[in-house]
Amino acid sequence: MTGINKSATQVWAEIISNKKVGAYHHIVFSVGEIASSAKPGNFVAIAVGGESSSMVLRRAFAIYRTFDRGASGGLLEIVVAPHGAGSTWLTNQNAGFKVDLIAPLGTAFGIPTEPVRALLVGGGYGSAPLFGLSEVLKNRGCRVDMVLGASTAMKIYAPLDGKRSVSSLTVTTEDGTTGITGKVTDVLPGIIAANEIDIIYSCGPMGMLEAINNISAELGIMHQCAIEEAMACGIGVCMTCVLPIKGEDGQVRMLRSCIDGPVVDGESVIWNSKRSIPEGTWGAN
Amino acid sequence: MFNFRTSLGQAEFQNPVFTASGCAGSGKELSQFFDLTELGAIVTKSIMLKPRSGRATPRMAETPSGMLNSIGLQGPGIDLFLEKDIPWLREQGATIVVSIAGESVEDYAVLARKMRAVSGISALEVNISCPNVENRGQVFACHPATARAAIEAVRRNIGGELPIIAKLTPDVTNIVEIAEEVVAAGADGLALINTVLGMVIDTNTMRPKLAGKTGGLSGPAIRPVAVRAIYQVHQALPHVKILGMGGVASGRDAFELILAGASAVSVGTATFGNPTAVIKIKEELQEQLISHGFDSLREAVGYAHRRDTNEGEL
Repeated sequence: MTGINKSATQVWAEIISNKKVGAYHHIVFSVGEIASSAKPGNFVAIAVGGESSSMVLRRAFAIYRTFDRGASGGLLEIVVAPHGAGSTWLTNQNAGFKVDLIAPLGTAFGIPTEPVRALLVGGGYGSAPLFGLSEVLKNRGCRVDMVLGASTAMKIYAPLDGKRSVSSLTVTTEDGTTGITGKVTDVLPGIIAANEIDIIYSCGPMGMLEAINNISAELGIMHQCAIEEAMACGIGVCMTCVLPIKGEDGQVRMLRSCIDGPVVDGESVIWNSKRSIPEGTWGAN
Repeated sequence: MFNFRTSLGQAEFQNPVFTASGCAGSGKELSQFFDLTELGAIVTKSIMLKPRSGRATPRMAETPSGMLNSIGLQGPGIDLFLEKDIPWLREQGATIVVSIAGESVEDYAVLARKMRAVSGISALEVNISCPNVENRGQVFACHPATARAAIEAVRRNIGGELPIIAKLTPDVTNIVEIAEEVVAAGADGLALINTVLGMVIDTNTMRPKLAGKTGGLSGPAIRPVAVRAIYQVHQALPHVKILGMGGVASGRDAFELILAGASAVSVGTATFGNPTAVIKIKEELQEQLISHGFDSLREAVGYAHRRDTNEGEL
């Protein structure tokens, strides 16, 4: 109708399975036709805590992948880190329980029309949406390399079937418990050069996305990233998840990461702008 | 036949459940989830004279049964708003209440002049109580004299029949005194209540969580404050219509505000948790009213104030 939230549907989604994987939970929901409209990069918003909960806001999760099996059998999967009361509640729900779920929401990763060489970079459970993206890119004839990083081995999310979809996988951990000791940005320049990367797709903490963007900007490589801002609603009405983004007209505006994101062009973001409004932002006073 | 109709000043509404200002975007965001004509009215975000970036992030903190926000009235400014948002809402057939906010008495006068020629508007909410301004001294509704001046400026400039609804804050010693001032200044109705000023300190960083330090508390946590404010004002000014709001999350909650004296109810924070909350609340409210034996909404307005010695009330 208006283009905003145009495929978003609110459903009672049954949990089909909920399994602990390392530091995370992999949860599968039955969502019917939503599975056919979701694209890599989109997210879901889930009500937590039950009917009489004191948690009044939804929680947003990137979609890990979907299986479109018609109206009755569509599945949607997410990877949850139980670090707050809401996400912990969700990871404690068992198969058979139904949650109030809205999806798909937000922008999706842009898929190039020509076969390109893509590098996918994920931080922690930010790797989840990259595996579905990898499948789509591979089906378009792209070469896909992947770098995953986390503080420690338990926080690397890399399922076996996900690994199979990429040409190479490099893992970094800050404590050296698996892979190369260090951060993803330590290995990026080498991998970009060796594989002649055309575009970087990233998902993870804002600090990591900014560090990746510094590298992509210096090398003149396109960078699409899935940003992360605290959201109250996920559907564009609360105006809390904003960040300064430069438009094609050169004007910086406070845009909503739920409607104009989460996937944005890394170069358009005014990074490191927490706790201040950048000078020249539209409507700054 | 149950009569769900209500009025605020001269404006009539098919049902008493509205969105709350600043909680329904431009209307487009929610239109994916329900038909906007289902609403008693859509109350727009509080619009200012000029485009406004709003405050820095973080702007939000969830709190027990509520949330703190410091959006700071982000918006496109009145000219772009009248050019883009209003025509779209009119096309949808929505019943529209425009909310305005100014930084000075002169701002309110100019905003009212810009609104007077706009067609298809049912009422004007004059937000004189946004807590997210740099200087608390700028909250017009905190002082009788400034509250009066802002409403007088609108009254003088609006002309015609458009009802003025003054939105007040509960963060005052005596809300009845402020209500009496704005009614004397020409307000046809009152919107009660705006958010309650609050703060959250992040115990990891050991600093205020919001970039703006303070924010407005909303959600079920503040509902008793809303009920109290509506009750007190309705008691003092029984003939002034009240648009009630503050933590309404169910039909039962809406009914509570109506019993206190509200003629219509706005739903804000509940929409963030559930985009279809307004519709659910409207249906539940009608069931509540009917199951309590009311033939119309109007009979229930202020019903908690009745004197009934049989029930041993004070």
